[in-house]
Amino acid sequence: MNARRSNFWALFWGALAILYFFLPLYGTLDFSLRMKRGELSLQAYQIVFSDPRFWEGFRYSTLMALITIVISVLIFVPTVYWLHLKVPQARPVVEIITILPFIIPAIVYVFGLIRTFSRPPLQLTLSPFTTDILIVTGYVVISMPYMFRAVDVGMRAIDVRSLTEAAQSLGSNWFQILAHVILPNLRIAILSGALICFATVMGELILASFLVRPALGPYMALLGLTKAYEPAALAIISYALTWFSLGLIQLISRGGTAQQFTGR
Amino acid sequence: MNLSLLRLSSKSLWREHPLWNWLGLLPFFAFILFFLLVPSLNLFSGAFVNRSGAFTLENLAVFANPNVIKAYLTSLQVSLITALMGGVFGFFVAYAVTIGNAPRWMRNVILTFSGLAANFGGVPLAFAFIATLGRTGFITALLKGICFSNVAGEAVCPFNPYDYGFSLYSLSGLVLAYTYFQFPLMVLTITPALEGLRKEWREASANLGASEWQYWRDIALPVLTPSLLGATLLLFGNAFGAYATAQALTGGSIPLVTIFIGQQIRGDVLGNPHEGYALALGMVVIMALTIVAYTALQKQSSRWMKS
Repeated sequence: MNARRSNFWALFWGALAILYFFLPLYGTLDFSLRMKRGELSLQAYQIVFSDPRFWEGFRYSTLMALITIVISVLIFVPTVYWLHLKVPQARPVVEIITILPFIIPAIVYVFGLIRTFSRPPLQLTLSPFTTDILIVTGYVVISMPYMFRAVDVGMRAIDVRSLTEAAQSLGSNWFQILAHVILPNLRIAILSGALICFATVMGELILASFLVRPALGPYMALLGLTKAYEPAALAIISYALTWFSLGLIQLISRGGTAQQFTGR
Repeated sequence: MNLSLLRLSSKSLWREHPLWNWLGLLPFFAFILFFLLVPSLNLFSGAFVNRSGAFTLENLAVFANPNVIKAYLTSLQVSLITALMGGVFGFFVAYAVTIGNAPRWMRNVILTFSGLAANFGGVPLAFAFIATLGRTGFITALLKGICFSNVAGEAVCPFNPYDYGFSLYSLSGLVLAYTYFQFPLMVLTITPALEGLRKEWREASANLGASEWQYWRDIALPVLTPSLLGATLLLFGNAFGAYATAQALTGGSIPLVTIFIGQQIRGDVLGNPHEGYALALGMVVIMALTIVAYTALQKQSSRWMKS
């Protein structure tokens, strides 16, 4: 084997990949700083940050993301726990269901939501509040593949059966087992699932746009139609948000496994 | 397990019945039924009824509509090109960080950024490419700036991509933007398979006098084939369902199926909502075939890697 030649190609493809990653980032950053002719300035950022619609979108998306995370945890932690403890034979069915959001594209899904919930018997698109209920359930569904996997991986790392039997022998009921034994052991897994959830909801366009809610995604799309420099600044802000969340996951999941107090 | 639970809990025996255990999944199934299955099935059933609600196959005539055919062909084309481009590029990058022995820092940067970039898409990605390769983007400006003076003393700038019919707001631009999340996904899915190639196979084939080319053709590639096909299918599906990047980049001027569905939701461009449902159903059928084939190939390749 010719070690030197393979090394050259490795460096070549690796360098090309890194260029592909960073050139658009650099381009965006550079562009976002050039609003004032002939000098670098933060003016585009100042304009974005002083736009009340940006803060409205930011607040709305953050709130929706947090509610989505809470509901996801409430649904998926007990479900995955039960799946591991009592009905492992249900796993194939549940797994197929959790990858359905990959099979049904978001644009098709929102089409279905609108057709189903914009007419009686359950008309949810009438008021902003009920539309928000609909959008949160949509976000729970869209982030389900990630949330389910994260919780599932976390659950695999702990000895669910021993923890449960130990808790039961001490007189715990199901709620106490979940809240005081299982949940604390899963906190790293839940945190990483929550961060993916957060990143997904903060950048989401399709649901918010077609259900006409003031989220960050539609605001960005609108700004892109009318402005030149502000969208670049917004893209950098959005990059920072997403990559902060996802980077945090890599950080905690790398150092985090040792901190889990497992039953083993 | 059932025995120990019997001893621990004083619950009555019928609670130990296997069906009782399934009840624990009821909240999950109820949620899914209500907010995923009913909306989806409602959409698909809409494809098979007419305006008065009677069963019909007439809506499938939408697939003979030239605009719809064009949308499907464009979507298939974009997905296929980006799956192949992203797949080949991603494969070489994965090769670099595994067998190619790229430096440690490079490996770390690439694997970390693959995890990030594969999840990155939508509107910000479109903005990033506009700032880079758009009409005033910085790479465009760089290429434009390379000028020579010809014999007549006029400045000639031969590298402006927009002089050669390139446009970021067209199909080629879309392909470049999609590749930003396609090739990292390939790196993530194919790296484990490349790591699964045993050193011993390579050494054994070298001992028997095989060249590196023969090793790849007769051993490595056949072993990798299910993984490669599976990963390419995943990339295909990933591009086929994408909407936001294309919408933000081209303003809907490229007729993808997803864009078409978006227009149909907004304003019933087909003039018949039920044909819109049929259009959406066609998309799900293609996605389902893709993902099912991907899962099957993934199983095949993991079996191969274990044995």
